Amino acid sequence: MEPEDQPLPGRGAARARQIADLVGPFLGLIVVVALFGVVAPEGFLSVFNAKTIATQTVIVGLAAIGATFIIRSGGIDLSVGSAIALASVVTALSMKAGHGELPSALLGVLAGAAVGAVNGGLVTLLKLPPFIVTLGTLGAARGAAKWLGDEQKVDAPSGWLKQFMSKNPDLSVLPGFIRENVPDWLVLAPGVWLMGLSALAAAFLLRRTVFGTWTTAIGSNEPTARLCGVPVERTKFAIYVFAGAMAGLAGVLQFGRLTVGDPTTAMGKELDVIAAVVIGGASLSGGTGTILGAMIGAFLMATLANGCNLSGVPNFVQEILVGGIIVGAVTLDGIRHGRRGV
Amino acid sequence: METGAVLRRRRPPRLQIKGVTKRFGGVHALRGVDLEADVGEVHALLGENGAGKSTLMKIVAGALAPDSGDLWIDGAPFAPASPREARERGVAMIYQELNLCPHLSVLENVTLGRETSRLGVKRLDAPRVRLGQVLRDLDVSSFTGDTLVSELGPGDRQLVEIARALCLDATIIVFDEPTSSLSAPDVDRLFRVTRRLIESGVTVLWISHFLDEVKAIGNRFTVLRDGETVGRGEVPETSTDEMVTTMAGRSVAEAYPRSSRSPGEVALSVQGLAGASGPREASFELRSGEILGVFGLVGAGRTEMLRSLYGLDPMTAGQIELRGSAVRRPRPRRWVELGVGLLSEDRAREGVALDLSIAENITLSSVRRLANRVGAVTRQAKEAAAEPWRGRLSLRAGSTRQPVRDLSGGNQQKVALARLLECGVDILLLDEPTRGIDVGARVEVYRLLDQLAAQGKAILMVSSHLPELLGTCDRIAVMHRGVLGPARPRDDWTEDAALVAATGGTR
Repeated sequence: MEPEDQPLPGRGAARARQIADLVGPFLGLIVVVALFGVVAPEGFLSVFNAKTIATQTVIVGLAAIGATFIIRSGGIDLSVGSAIALASVVTALSMKAGHGELPSALLGVLAGAAVGAVNGGLVTLLKLPPFIVTLGTLGAARGAAKWLGDEQKVDAPSGWLKQFMSKNPDLSVLPGFIRENVPDWLVLAPGVWLMGLSALAAAFLLRRTVFGTWTTAIGSNEPTARLCGVPVERTKFAIYVFAGAMAGLAGVLQFGRLTVGDPTTAMGKELDVIAAVVIGGASLSGGTGTILGAMIGAFLMATLANGCNLSGVPNFVQEILVGGIIVGAVTLDGIRHGRRGV
Repeated sequence: METGAVLRRRRPPRLQIKGVTKRFGGVHALRGVDLEADVGEVHALLGENGAGKSTLMKIVAGALAPDSGDLWIDGAPFAPASPREARERGVAMIYQELNLCPHLSVLENVTLGRETSRLGVKRLDAPRVRLGQVLRDLDVSSFTGDTLVSELGPGDRQLVEIARALCLDATIIVFDEPTSSLSAPDVDRLFRVTRRLIESGVTVLWISHFLDEVKAIGNRFTVLRDGETVGRGEVPETSTDEMVTTMAGRSVAEAYPRSSRSPGEVALSVQGLAGASGPREASFELRSGEILGVFGLVGAGRTEMLRSLYGLDPMTAGQIELRGSAVRRPRPRRWVELGVGLLSEDRAREGVALDLSIAENITLSSVRRLANRVGAVTRQAKEAAAEPWRGRLSLRAGSTRQPVRDLSGGNQQKVALARLLECGVDILLLDEPTRGIDVGARVEVYRLLDQLAAQGKAILMVSSHLPELLGTCDRIAVMHRGVLGPARPRDDWTEDAALVAATGGTR
């Protein structure tokens, strides 16, 4: 290979632009942290509270990983909240029936993937707009969760699944020498680690694999992708199944957090998930949106909620703030992209 | 032995087309096309709008199948069933609207759909080397494989498509109006790249309206007219005048109603108009009671001139005077208030609201006048206002309640015109008013325009159909690459002269 010695817009510039795309969300996060650092002094800026926020990010964060793929491909998924509820109920029922944690968690993930498969199937086979399809499954999956749970919370022994969302996890499973040397700030809820590892894997999937490139190509210019030989329908189906599975995983952890399967949980969570992806720099017209951005977006929203709670700001103020941040983030993004002229 | 040697000496042409026909419904798009393009030549395909060039190229690209006729590539029969099959035989198309994913890098675009991977992870090393080689061969250094396509201008994006074609081992590259959206330096660079392409043995089919550019880059040419091959030859040995004569050919006698008109005062005066979307220099005076024609080929910037004038696209320079008083910062709403209406070339999207009724369409721009005392606009009021137009324009519709979608193209256009007239405009800017309308309805539109001009309205009519301009207009100006030439009385124009001016040829 030739050395890239000319001053061209090459890999370095591409990297610089990716970083620039994340400056906005990151600045937003810093502003929110700084603001509450002043307004809510009692323990907001503590390691313990940071862990709390990280734990509160997990559910939305995991689902936002899948949603990033969908939004990047030019689609939308409104069924996330219902898929989370369905997965939590399925997991609880399986535990209640005496199955172990692992098979139960897998069943929960599969329930989410099934919702995704219905979404993807309807979008690709019937050529329906994703908004309509997932609006339908938003209702249908919620209904299925209530039906399975007999319209009630499903009590079940949660076993070690509970540990996943615990800020003081039981470290006895770790080998002794790690347990003794692990610094306190690294003792995070396992769910946070799961989210971080999933995000890393998903970022790799998006950037380095054929699947990731096709996802971007479909969102960027679907007719061209088809013309170039990208199996558009198959790829879309896979994207929705993957996103459904991520929502299912979020549902399993929701079960771990609540220690019950709750068919009415995560109402409206789909909007938080979309907001996280959009605050992270994605455009709903497709082609953009990064995993790291979505993670920052999810963390920003959890920080906002946490800060408001600590400083006694009423819930409605928090809702107004989140609304303002979403509109502001998209406006800034529009100005930036208008100048770049995509 | 003898024949073998002869065969080897006389290589078959790269692309040969013989007797190709294609019809759509009752319309003959192609009625017998022959073409021969050699290895390593730029073969120009010439013809007016509607001559059949696009249809022919779609057949070569495998997007359409011919009704009859044969194609060969390098002497082997070529009948592609799909674009993919044509690509595999080495045919690459580079369309006007480029087929790239702006959010992907150049390398990702070039390899899209044919990625090599291991366990799903892309292996880009070999394609990266290949692309680097191709870009070096083309002497392109303004971008690399890692540049995002969204950061490239139209000229560079076109080069990405050329690079993709070469990475796919294309031997025939078809350019469809390749220079229409390029700046002058980009055109020069495209010429350089094209020369390198033919040096390496690629055959280039060059579709263009611009004869100056054909003179600069072409080796041989084929002329299509009305779906037939009517001429061919060597570019260096043929003058642009001869090419124009072959392209225009016949003069079609069409019925153009024409009452006596007496042009009056200057209604609209435009000086040195330039706009961000393309027009570079347009000046004209439009008088009441006349029809001023603007001729130009697709891509010359006529629509953009109207859009900049009307405030739909940003205007970067120029003065506008309406009946002697200056108009600053033109805005569509302001123009309507001043009595100036624009009819878009895109009837379905900007001319009429397809799902609304005739009455609602006609009253759309003037609906505030119809409000009653409490500010409500009743359906009866709209229908009462629209009803007279049904007779006046001989709209073929049972009632004004009918949705516009159900009407023919010609009647839709009449509704769009009625909307402008109903809100009281007396200066009409019409962009391709007869596009997609059958001949009978055209004549009705011509008659209507003639009546309006006789009543003293000022009409500016943009068209790429030269005979209709020569038939209906009082004066005609020609636009070429964003520059509007002087308006001259229509008797001073011939079809040839207008085509020469529109193609940038020398006379």
